[in-house]
Amino acid sequence: MQSLLTAGRSAHLALGKRAFTSSARRWQAVPQEKPVLMKEFKIYRWNPDQPEKKPELQSYKIDLNQTGPMVLDALIKIKNEIDPTLTFRRSCREGICGSCAMNIDGQNTLACLCRIDREGSKNTKIYPLPHMYIVKDLVPDMTLFYKQYKSIQPWLQNDNPPEKGEHLQSPEDRRKLDGMYECILCACCSTSCPSYWWNQDQYLGPATLMQAYRWIADSRDTQGAERKERLQNEMSLYRCHTIFNCTRTCPKGLNPAAAIAKIKLELAVD
Amino acid sequence: MSTRVLGLGPALRKAAFLPNAARSQVMLRNVVAKRSIQIQSLTPSAGQEILNKQRVVRPSSPHFTIYQPQLTWVASIFNRVTGVALSVLLYGFSIAYLVAPGTFSSENVIQVVAGLPEGVKYAGKAVLAAPFAFHSLNGIRHLSWDSIKFLSLKGAYVSGYIVLGASAISTVALTLMK
Repeated sequence: MQSLLTAGRSAHLALGKRAFTSSARRWQAVPQEKPVLMKEFKIYRWNPDQPEKKPELQSYKIDLNQTGPMVLDALIKIKNEIDPTLTFRRSCREGICGSCAMNIDGQNTLACLCRIDREGSKNTKIYPLPHMYIVKDLVPDMTLFYKQYKSIQPWLQNDNPPEKGEHLQSPEDRRKLDGMYECILCACCSTSCPSYWWNQDQYLGPATLMQAYRWIADSRDTQGAERKERLQNEMSLYRCHTIFNCTRTCPKGLNPAAAIAKIKLELAVD
Repeated sequence: MSTRVLGLGPALRKAAFLPNAARSQVMLRNVVAKRSIQIQSLTPSAGQEILNKQRVVRPSSPHFTIYQPQLTWVASIFNRVTGVALSVLLYGFSIAYLVAPGTFSSENVIQVVAGLPEGVKYAGKAVLAAPFAFHSLNGIRHLSWDSIKFLSLKGAYVSGYIVLGASAISTVALTLMK
């Protein structure tokens, strides 16, 4: 009996306190439904099972107030609820895997890092990365891009390794790699580069060249001269005309144009 | 076709342990449900063949027609176009002079231009001055990049707008020059 009484009293007290801070109306209010905000997404479609059908833009309309904030959320919603055949790459949804790189409203970026433009009257166009062979819908064939990356031998090469322990590096030397090692190889920069559009069979492209410089600039690597020698030809490096589309588009805020300019300078003063 | 190919193994096993009456129904349901997904096992070479067939017909995704116009690459295009135009003018005039030295001598050119109406003179000067000013100033921008200056995105944009502004001023100045 005693315990029941105290319980009742504390409940009453709590109620009284609450009544002070919020009006009865607000307290009883039901959560309001969000208004419907429809937005049109126009998405590039091509199906390898119907190769004779030309690629086209397909329109999807979804309610932004029932969607997450990013373009990738919209794509996943469309795939889940409207059209399960829509094909795109995605994995981490937080800008570290580089899978969802695509061209959104004319700019290459990661769909997971790109906020949906909430202007409902304007549609958003989504294309795959520009000037790439298309496997299906928004999935480009990255074979060549990875081959190019492999061709610069992106690993530490040191013909005189320390006898004991690890390679040591001063903090200043380590700092030279900042802004380059963070690259996730999403290919946004390379596929934004007009030079890469016209010459991707021979020109390495910004992503690969920045990684080439990442190893040239590394104080622990002793093969810098060989690495530079491999770039010393007309096509591999010098198709870069410092257009800056790469730096403009990088979703990680890196600067491939600067890295390439530094390689050019090092090759020039060699 | 074997049960493994159709993915029916588990369904048949499950049905085998049920009483007779339920058996046929469960089996039927599972067979119908599993039919929608068919997995075909292929040898690596057969898979490669399908891949190669697809690779032949793959379209190339659209590029400059869909890419957002930005100061970066638009300025680069104009740098190229003005460079080509100025070169064509220089080489064209030089070759024309070699072919017909009389018609394209300085004296003759000055006379022809002097006879043109004022408006055409100014228009012609502007048409010549604009590409010359832009290409020269943007060339300085490129040289500074090559000596690793203004290499940040902000540097590229600020220098880009400065070049545009300076080109406009130089074009006007060159056009008004007597």
